[in-house]
Amino acid sequence: MTTSPALSVRSLSVNFGSNQVVKNLSFDVFAGKTTAIVGESGSGKSVTSLAIMRLVEYMNAEITSGSILFRHDAGGSQPQDLTQLSDKAMRKIRGKDIAMIFQEPMTSLNPVYTIGDQVTEVLVLHEKLSKEAARVEAVKLLKLVRLPDAEALLKRYPHQLSGGMRQRVMIAMALACRPKVLVADEPTTALDVTIQAQILTIMRDLQQELGMAVIFITHDMGVVAEMADQVVVMRHGEKVEEASVEEIFARPQHPYTQALLAAVPKLGSMQGENLPRMDPLVVLEGNVACTLGESRQQDTARTDAAPVVEVENLVTRFDIRKGFFGGVSHRVHAVENVSFSIFPGETLALVGESGSGKSTIGRTIQQLQESTSGTIRFGGKAVADMSRAEKMRLRQEVQYIFQDPFASLDPRKTVGFSIAEPIRTHSLLQGSKAIRQRVDQLLERVGLSADQAERYPHEFSGGQRQRICIARALASKPKLIIADEALSALDVSIQAQIIHLLMELQQDEGLAYLFISHDMAVVEKMSHRVAVLHLGQVVELGERRAVFDTPQHSYTRKLLSAVPVADPAQRRERVLLQGDILSPIRKVGDEPEHLPLVQVAAGHFAAQEARSAERLSS
Amino acid sequence: MAKFLLYRILQAIFVVIVVTLIVSFAIRLTGDPAVMLAQGAGSITEADLARIREALGLNQSFLAQYIGFLRGLVVGDFGRSFMGGTPVSDLIGRALPATLALAFASLFVSIVVSIPLGIKAAVSRGRWPDQMIRIFSLIGLSFPNFWLAIMLVLLLSITFNLLPPSGMEGFSSFIMPAATMGIILTATNVRLVRTTMLDTLRSQYIMVARAKGLSNNVVLYKHALRNCSIPLITYFGLQFGGLLGGIVVVERVFNWPGLGTLAFEAVSARDYPVLQGVITVLSLMIISINLLVDIAYGLVDPRVRKE
Repeated sequence: MTTSPALSVRSLSVNFGSNQVVKNLSFDVFAGKTTAIVGESGSGKSVTSLAIMRLVEYMNAEITSGSILFRHDAGGSQPQDLTQLSDKAMRKIRGKDIAMIFQEPMTSLNPVYTIGDQVTEVLVLHEKLSKEAARVEAVKLLKLVRLPDAEALLKRYPHQLSGGMRQRVMIAMALACRPKVLVADEPTTALDVTIQAQILTIMRDLQQELGMAVIFITHDMGVVAEMADQVVVMRHGEKVEEASVEEIFARPQHPYTQALLAAVPKLGSMQGENLPRMDPLVVLEGNVACTLGESRQQDTARTDAAPVVEVENLVTRFDIRKGFFGGVSHRVHAVENVSFSIFPGETLALVGESGSGKSTIGRTIQQLQESTSGTIRFGGKAVADMSRAEKMRLRQEVQYIFQDPFASLDPRKTVGFSIAEPIRTHSLLQGSKAIRQRVDQLLERVGLSADQAERYPHEFSGGQRQRICIARALASKPKLIIADEALSALDVSIQAQIIHLLMELQQDEGLAYLFISHDMAVVEKMSHRVAVLHLGQVVELGERRAVFDTPQHSYTRKLLSAVPVADPAQRRERVLLQGDILSPIRKVGDEPEHLPLVQVAAGHFAAQEARSAERLSS
Repeated sequence: MAKFLLYRILQAIFVVIVVTLIVSFAIRLTGDPAVMLAQGAGSITEADLARIREALGLNQSFLAQYIGFLRGLVVGDFGRSFMGGTPVSDLIGRALPATLALAFASLFVSIVVSIPLGIKAAVSRGRWPDQMIRIFSLIGLSFPNFWLAIMLVLLLSITFNLLPPSGMEGFSSFIMPAATMGIILTATNVRLVRTTMLDTLRSQYIMVARAKGLSNNVVLYKHALRNCSIPLITYFGLQFGGLLGGIVVVERVFNWPGLGTLAFEAVSARDYPVLQGVITVLSLMIISINLLVDIAYGLVDPRVRKE
């Protein structure tokens, strides 16, 4: 007897007004199995998930044709077509037979109700449990998703929980009525890798336990490789390819899938290589995947020259005050005793999870943030000893690229104006004609065309906007560019292009980069040296090859092992980092222990473990 | 909490001093109460006026008079009215309940009407219920309140003789004044509720609530409304202050025996103690409303509660 799929989507089309965002989509998902839907932004994958829940109606979209067939059991029972159900009948299925987990754990719980209220709500509604029985069941559910202290948790509010804990509450809520089908829309995208690894493990275990069919929507090929049985690749609302996970990764058929997979940085792909490597870009020309450029080693770091910037014993702390008259009760120890230097033409990556202090270091170097103590030297001179004019000059030589390219461009100014602004501010060129020429040249340098200077930011795509931000950074002829999660908001294919651009610029202009990122695979591809941060302290620092191939500190090893690898053949048991990410907030007077770095090999340093190891695993 | 209260009390004292200082000073620039009192009393000599001033304590410097007023405040004595010598606290004691009843009735009517209408407009955004609600709210906003009040009196009391035209006697006397204030408040509030609701409905937790299979009303009135209430409470609180100001006009038209009428008469007669008393009470009320608003934040939103 062949089992029937738990859910079948047949020729589904969804429209936003006259705009068709999902076109003629069909796929199946079976009990106990996972079908992953992958695609980049605008591929229609999230709309598909909301269509299955019949929630698109609340977004002013509508299902224009096709059917969504749901079977209550795997036998030969008649399927129900969800698209034909009344809203009332659909409400009986939503949250009971088909449940959903959303992307943003920080916003998917209602801030004004307790965890208990929100988890028991589903049980009272669908299972008709009494308040008391629902509470007992809720405790069981919270234990199921491995939340400690479940009883006490019921009385807490979402803002008192970390992102990882909230996502577990969300999962508990979704699983409350033992659904047959679980729709997970980018459930781990907003989480740190170690937390992502925990959540994925929980989801996989519970899927086995409950025999759920899972529809897993993601843009992350690494997560697909870890989680999926069957993969549907979507682009512009259409399915371009569907195959088993092994097939997709081993023998992608469609040129888009090929280009997509080529763009994904794979952790471990640089094993044994000393220098970063610039890879050729695989792009779609019409419907053919073409390879542009060639493979080349990025031998740009001039470690024999004087460093561009030296950071010595940097400490940055923030005071937390309570109440109007309240004194300082706690401090955020964002950066603790950090030292490093960056040489011309070198990329130093700062990696770490939320709260590791990596962004604060970038902001302190750019003088957007005062340091508590320590020295930052540019060209051998300490910032503290600089005159106003010298500091101004520093602002020209150090440029910043932010994560969100849209928010960092003034929406009411043309991009030409934004790019010209640093040139005017620092009086680098005189006369509007010369400035105009320079802007045109910069736009072309970052792969845009000169005639786009008169346009406004909203007329560009995310990737183009990040190019504009790079052009603006280049406008003041910097020596150092601080890229703070500059690639994190971009689709992988765009990300690959921007990596390419950044490496090209480094080759041509000898730029030094401070590359701040949580994405280990991208860091591996781009960096000459890597500093791993944990709770504001550097726990490991060294050549990229040394840190990635022979990690010395336990935290580095855990971080690396948590990264999902985009290769289903490499599914592995991981060293799971238990519990939550530790907080850098401490009581006043409770100074953190400074862990001295010890040289383990030439140029490779790791912090002493001793007490820290025990702190990490608690 | 003790610190918080202490801070609020200091703030209240400061506000009362500043407000009464400005009002007491300004009113003394506008005319002489002795002349007002002496009006119609036949021939009055300058010596008579001086005697009146002395009796009322007006021969002292402004600062001395003001300090005298503050001294009285500390022991709860607002002084006596220049007109007839009634204790100011008695006058206020009679007028305050009337004003409060009217203000709360108006605000209550407006909140009860504007919340469902605003929510309806938000969920049917762009479609006809939303358009209708917005058009009516614009019409409501365009009425000047005194005009609306006079039209209501002409129509309902004079022409149809349905409701009493003035005074405060029984429930029916509340209808027109409360409606006048309420219509204008509602017009603003509907728009405010609509906007905050639209923002809230975009939140992911609303989609999550729908994905649980909850009915539309539970999603809107349980999950969305409480999240909307922070900006709404802030605004309703501010509005209450404005309401107390706007009530003067409406009280005049309906001859409502409230603080507005009292203040109006006190200004006309240059009755300094009554005016100072009314202003002090109004300031204290606005301060208390702000305090209530702050407390309400904590009740609806766990994030503002102290750990």
